[in-house]
Amino acid sequence: MSEARDDAAAHDRRAVVRDSLGVGIATGVYGASFGALGVTSGLTVLQTCAMSLLVFTGATQFAFIGVLASGGGPMSGALTGLLLGTRNTLYGLRLAPLLKLGRARRLASAQLVIDESTAMAVTRPATELVRTGFYWTGLSVFVLWNLFTFLGAVGGSTIGDPRDFGLDAAVGAAFLALLWPRLRDGRNVGVGLAAAAVALLLVPVTAAGVPVLAAGGVALLAGVLLRTRSEP
Amino acid sequence: MTWLAIVVAGVGCWALKAAGLSVPPRVLERPLVERVADLIPVALLSALIAVQVFTTGHRLTVDARALGLGVAVVLLLLRAPFLVVVFGAALAAALVRLAVGG
Repeated sequence: MSEARDDAAAHDRRAVVRDSLGVGIATGVYGASFGALGVTSGLTVLQTCAMSLLVFTGATQFAFIGVLASGGGPMSGALTGLLLGTRNTLYGLRLAPLLKLGRARRLASAQLVIDESTAMAVTRPATELVRTGFYWTGLSVFVLWNLFTFLGAVGGSTIGDPRDFGLDAAVGAAFLALLWPRLRDGRNVGVGLAAAAVALLLVPVTAAGVPVLAAGGVALLAGVLLRTRSEP
Repeated sequence: MTWLAIVVAGVGCWALKAAGLSVPPRVLERPLVERVADLIPVALLSALIAVQVFTTGHRLTVDARALGLGVAVVLLLLRAPFLVVVFGAALAAALVRLAVGG
């Protein structure tokens, strides 16, 4: 009886590991696009790789280099990136009671709190499987994301003028692909259009980097104004 | 300056993640905070797309990048994977530049 249960548990665990590695490979490989776009936005190969290692959260990294590519300073890039990184705090809040980690392991594991590791962990029925999903996804994305960032950065720095390859257009497409799943919600479409309009209106009259940060204000305003309507 | 910004972003992002794992849930589990946190990525990504695609320096422009974005929309509607969307948009922009010599 208990042997059958152990078999079932091992089977569940293997399934979670397999799914996690699949997500890890699919996500890690697109580190190549970050690497290529990082060097074309003016970072060195070493800086691009350092960002994947230290920042390790895709949307934040793309935002940082997006601000650089449109002429903004590195600090406004970092600030925009940090605003996008705030969602990882909410992921951490959801994960904490499920992972049940001690203080030291919490701090050591924090870097792995990203979209994918959260998604592969929070749906699991038991602590053991939550941890399996979180660590296998987080670590496989981490290793491959960094490896492919390096390969993309080396590749991107050897091709000459990135505009000839349309890589400046690829940045916008990458942002749209990250945004796409959220556009099923009509409210998000409205907020997105308002934010884009505010940013474009500010471009001619403000320093580079400011328009995107100002769009963060649109999110704040919308969050306050939409209170009455969106309460379930 | 760039290195400093990278380190600031790195330490800051790690702190944001660690804070989520460490603070008592009630501190951040308020409807307003959750709603704003949910809307921030939408607003920032939309603004980044607009600035990235439709501006050059301080001017508003429409060029090959807009076509690339259009191709990205079509590919996303066809449920293409991330890499196909990104490099499909790049290919479209590169080809139109090659065609018109711009």
